[in-house]
Amino acid sequence: MNSRIFFLIPLIGFVVLAIYFAIGLTKDPSKLDTDVLLNQPMGEFKLVPVKGREEGLSAEDVKGKVSLVNFFGSWCVACLQEHPFLVKLKRDNVIPVYGVDWDEKNPNDVVRWLARHGDPYTKIGVDDTGETIIDWGITGAPETFVVDKQGVIRYKFLGPISPQAWNDTLLPLIEELRKQ
Amino acid sequence: MRFWLILWAALFVWTVQVSAVEPDEIMDDPVLEARAREVSQDLRCVVCQNQSIDDSNSGIAKKMRVLVRDRIAQGDSNQEVKDYLVSRYGDFVLLKPPVKAKTMVLWFGPALMVVIGLVGIVFYYRRRSAQAAQGQGVAVPLTAQEQARLDALMKEEGSDK
Repeated sequence: MNSRIFFLIPLIGFVVLAIYFAIGLTKDPSKLDTDVLLNQPMGEFKLVPVKGREEGLSAEDVKGKVSLVNFFGSWCVACLQEHPFLVKLKRDNVIPVYGVDWDEKNPNDVVRWLARHGDPYTKIGVDDTGETIIDWGITGAPETFVVDKQGVIRYKFLGPISPQAWNDTLLPLIEELRKQ
Repeated sequence: MRFWLILWAALFVWTVQVSAVEPDEIMDDPVLEARAREVSQDLRCVVCQNQSIDDSNSGIAKKMRVLVRDRIAQGDSNQEVKDYLVSRYGDFVLLKPPVKAKTMVLWFGPALMVVIGLVGIVFYYRRRSAQAAQGQGVAVPLTAQEQARLDALMKEEGSDK
């Protein structure tokens, strides 16, 4: 009887491993390390303006108040999904949203995109080298960061901001940071 | 014959390592370029999971290759370049996970399993040879039922003669 249990050990081990790996497969590995930049000061950057505009975006613009930094592109479908919400934030004057536009095939694309859908951004910079998006650990778009008054990254949000995520997570955090 | 040789050689052209590095990215200094290739092969393309940035033609991989070369040109060591990207993307950006407390099971688990298996085999054979030395395995006394059946069979056999 004892030895029969002994022979079951490999089978039990296999089942445990299989369950463990099955759970692992449901996770998106690129989202496992979203906290590496948390509570780190954002790096310096100086981005060129959108074609036809005067002002770009630099780290100095973002500092001084709690703000959002939103990485987007005219090629990004999920950004369009999020777009009306950002427009509403601007209309209601909730929080400054700074845009970083990246990976445009043609510099005119983003000009057209903003003209068609509206510009929800306080300022926009174009990352034409990719240096800034790598510095912020970007893997896709949209990605939105909450940055505090000192320019420290306090939250990284992947994907389009839903009203629920805004009310449950982002807004309480922003209000908390404003008190500091 | 010659034709077949050429065809045979042509087949192997496909197995030459293909890289996504574009001509305009390549550094002038071949030594630095070789280092950039080496670093790139250890870095994961963050949008394609199982490709290195050296293999991937995605936009982000290209940006990272350019960044790796820029940093090497500015005098960063290979490790410094990797450390920078890990500080931005986490360990995920390394194709080979670093050895640390969190990854111990990953690195040493398989070897541990082999050791456990070997110990099991050794014990199994030692027990078997010990049993063999004693004679025919381990003597298990018959149950009352078995004994009764054996007696009956023996009696039967006896009565036949």
